[in-house]
Amino acid sequence: MRVPILKQGGYLIASIQSALSDQDLLQLRDDLAEQAGRFRSRGIIIDVTVLDIMDSFACRTLRSIAHILRLRGAETAIVGIQPEVAFAMVQLGLALGEVQTALDLEEGLALLNQRTQLGNAGEK
Amino acid sequence: MVTLVKSEVRVPINSGADILTARLEGRQLASEAGFNNSDLTVIATAISEVARNIVQYARTGEIILGVVQDGNKRGLRVEARDDGPGIPNIELAMQDGYSTGGGLGLGLPGTRRLMDELQIDSKVGRGTTVVATKWIR
Repeated sequence: MRVPILKQGGYLIASIQSALSDQDLLQLRDDLAEQAGRFRSRGIIIDVTVLDIMDSFACRTLRSIAHILRLRGAETAIVGIQPEVAFAMVQLGLALGEVQTALDLEEGLALLNQRTQLGNAGEK
Repeated sequence: MVTLVKSEVRVPINSGADILTARLEGRQLASEAGFNNSDLTVIATAISEVARNIVQYARTGEIILGVVQDGNKRGLRVEARDDGPGIPNIELAMQDGYSTGGGLGLGLPGTRRLMDELQIDSKVGRGTTVVATKWIR
C-alpha cells in the first residue's frame, strides 16, 4: 500500500497507514526523494505510529531515506515508534543512527522547526 | 516433550510481500495462543527476519508456524525452511554485523535475542532450516 505524503508549508508529512511490505518502503523512499525536490522541502516527518514492527530492513530503509534527504538539504524526523516496537528493536540490535526521532507528530514538528529554523509548521 | 497443540500454519515464501503475510499470520496465531502485546511484536519481528533471509539468500522457501506445548509451558514455534545455498559458516552468521547479503547482519543473532530458543540446521548447496521458539512467560 502506497504511503500518502502531505505537504505542509516547507515540510512533507508521510503518514504510514498500515503494515508495509519491503516494496512499499522502497516506494516511500523514492516518493520522498522526488517530492522533497519538487516542493523544495526543508523538513520531512515519517509517522510510523501504526507500523506493527520495525525490522532490520525497515530500519535500514528509514536510515537511507534520512541520509538521502539530508544530502538534498532536508531534515527528517521519524515519529511515533510504539513502546513494544522500540523494545523489539533494541533486542534485535537495531539503531537508527543519526536519524532524528520524536514521540509524536507534534513533537516532530517542533523538532523540525528547531532544526530548520522555519517557523510554525514550516511556513517559509 | 514438545507437542503440537493444533495444526501448523504454512506460509510459502516467494517474494517480499510474503514476508508480510508470514508475520501477520504469526502474530494472529501467537495472539490466539495467549501471548501479550509486547511478545507479539517480538515474534512478528523475528518472523520478518527469518522470512527475509529466505527471500534474500534462497529466493523461495516456507515458514511453518505452530503452537507448541512442553509440560505446562505453551509457546510458538517458527520454522523457516529453504532449499537455498546454505550457510557455510554458522558461527560467523551468528555474529552481529556479519552479512554476505549486504544487510545489517543482525537477522540471525537478533532473532536469537528475540526468541527463547534458536536452532539452525544448514548444509551448503542443500538448504537451511531455522527453528525458533518463544515461550509464554
